Amino acid sequence: MTAAETIKKVFTKEKLHRFIFGTREKQGVGKMIVIYALLICIGFVYLYPMFYMISTSFMSRDDLLDTSVKWLPSQFYFQNYIDAGRSMDFFVSLLKGIVIAGLPTLCNIVICMLVGYGFARYDFKGKKIMMGLLIFSYILPSQVTMIPTYVLYNNMGILGTILTFVIPALFGNGLNAPIFILIFYQFFRQIPKVLTEAAAIDGAGHFRTFFRIAVPSAIPAIVTVVLFSFVWYWNESYLTELYVQGLASKSIWTNLVVQLKNFDQSFNTRATVGDTATSLNESVRMAATSISILPLLIMYLILQKQFVESIDRAGITGE
Amino acid sequence: MGYLFVLPWIIGTLIFVLIPLGQSFYYMWYNIRITPLGTKFNFVGTGNFTQIWLENPEFPQQLVTYIWQTIVEVPIIVVFALIIAIMLNGKIKAKAFFRLIFFLPVIIVSGPVMNMLVSEGASTIPAMNTQAVISALDAFLPTAVATSIGELFGNMIMILWYSGVQILIFLSALQKVDPSLYEAAKMDGGSAWECFWKITLPTIKNFILLNAVYTVIFLSSNEQNQLINMIKNAMFSGTKEKGYGYASAMAWMYSIVVTLIVLLFFLILGNKRDVYDRMVAKRKRMLKREARLAKRIERRGARNVRKLERARRSHKYKTYDGSGDY
Repeated sequence: MTAAETIKKVFTKEKLHRFIFGTREKQGVGKMIVIYALLICIGFVYLYPMFYMISTSFMSRDDLLDTSVKWLPSQFYFQNYIDAGRSMDFFVSLLKGIVIAGLPTLCNIVICMLVGYGFARYDFKGKKIMMGLLIFSYILPSQVTMIPTYVLYNNMGILGTILTFVIPALFGNGLNAPIFILIFYQFFRQIPKVLTEAAAIDGAGHFRTFFRIAVPSAIPAIVTVVLFSFVWYWNESYLTELYVQGLASKSIWTNLVVQLKNFDQSFNTRATVGDTATSLNESVRMAATSISILPLLIMYLILQKQFVESIDRAGITGE
Repeated sequence: MGYLFVLPWIIGTLIFVLIPLGQSFYYMWYNIRITPLGTKFNFVGTGNFTQIWLENPEFPQQLVTYIWQTIVEVPIIVVFALIIAIMLNGKIKAKAFFRLIFFLPVIIVSGPVMNMLVSEGASTIPAMNTQAVISALDAFLPTAVATSIGELFGNMIMILWYSGVQILIFLSALQKVDPSLYEAAKMDGGSAWECFWKITLPTIKNFILLNAVYTVIFLSSNEQNQLINMIKNAMFSGTKEKGYGYASAMAWMYSIVVTLIVLLFFLILGNKRDVYDRMVAKRKRMLKREARLAKRIERRGARNVRKLERARRSHKYKTYDGSGDY
């Protein structure tokens, strides 16, 4: 038997086909390669803006003008970051941003948990209408209620303070609160009713049952809500500017995202005063962008497991 | 007892949703001016609307762009998220790593960050030459359609960036599909392709709707959206005809459009009950109606008996005592 014949015998057409496309039991190599290639390509597209941002932010002015410098800057130029940070009042804005996002988040969890528990555990008249209203209030764009709410806050005299975020959150109408209520609702429905009944037999009241049985078992849902609520409040610039800053009034409240929005202006005023060395260019702007997302990025990398698995565990998908 | 738990939300919804909703409905018929002496309301009827539609060329234009964009982008985002979720759901290595990447944008996406990235050109990949795509499509499609598809390719990264949450929702939905269904299908000789259409898709149908609605809401409240900025600008504009009333009218029209789009997706993707379910529901309704009728008859009978009894007791009815004089 010649070598060619042996090869022909070993690598038959069916085997090759099976190798590439796989059988019912085993995935083929060809399919795997296609999947990995697609995933890596899409992953690259996903990360492209981040790469671009980071690489540009380290370029000095000469690198920017030099067409031969495409991705890797000739040296790491940190002055951009220093300028951007100074112009944004980085540490002050960071602390304020944490307060702006943290305090309403705290109110959000407590109230959404109560409301979700109420919806999940009790039957009462008009529950269906209320659930409909809940979904409606999510679908309704906030723009339509924005103007009267602004007037209301103005009349209450809390415009330009953090209370404009805290008070709605205290009444279960914070940012994206309907989603959180639904998460808790879904979660509390999954707890076996026997548990609460047993507690009731042992003499626990409604609130005691809630605090002793429901809350401890809802830790995964709580983690989800804390993370998402924090991130969404942190990234909300439209309403922050409108309510917490109050637009017209000079407010002390600000966060990094709002600072980034008004970056060009604040940078230029600072440049004319003579505080900064360089003039405004895209490296500085990219540096500003990266430092404004840096805190969340760090948080994400530390808590990534909670983030990614939270949706799984919280049972959003149980609907 | 349930009311006590839900009470904060009820109050909040009244104060922060329903009452403002009514108020802005009221505002939109007025021209509102803030003077040092107080707020002045001037009834203008439909004046705000004619103003917006006839004298503000930007608003109708942006509205049309928004509708077109949403209707095109939502299916793309949802389908794309589904494809990625299916790929991630298979047996692959480094699943956690890929999930990490695909979820990253959710954390950092915010209006100003996106504006910065878009304005510096970080959002388009130079290698993806949109011009070539447009000219290729132009050959057999109307120019307007070709350009918008080309724009879509140009915004590809943004579209991809908006699909993080959707991917995770699909992923956890896929994991909940009963594996024994697939096994049964395999026994009967179903291919993976058939399994997808006959098992996966029907099972996760509700999540497709959920994701579509989520995407619509996300796109409509995103700061990349020009309309919401326009509303805000109109609100604080110092000109005579603009102001709170004008902005309210805009906001109302905008929300109606958003609601209509959501409804559209509900109609397309919503659950159509099959004939059996419908008949069961009809039968149940009929039974209920009959029960109600029976109850009413019973109640009425009891009442009449009581009435007669009372009348008899108070001697209203005089029984014929045989005197021959009545």
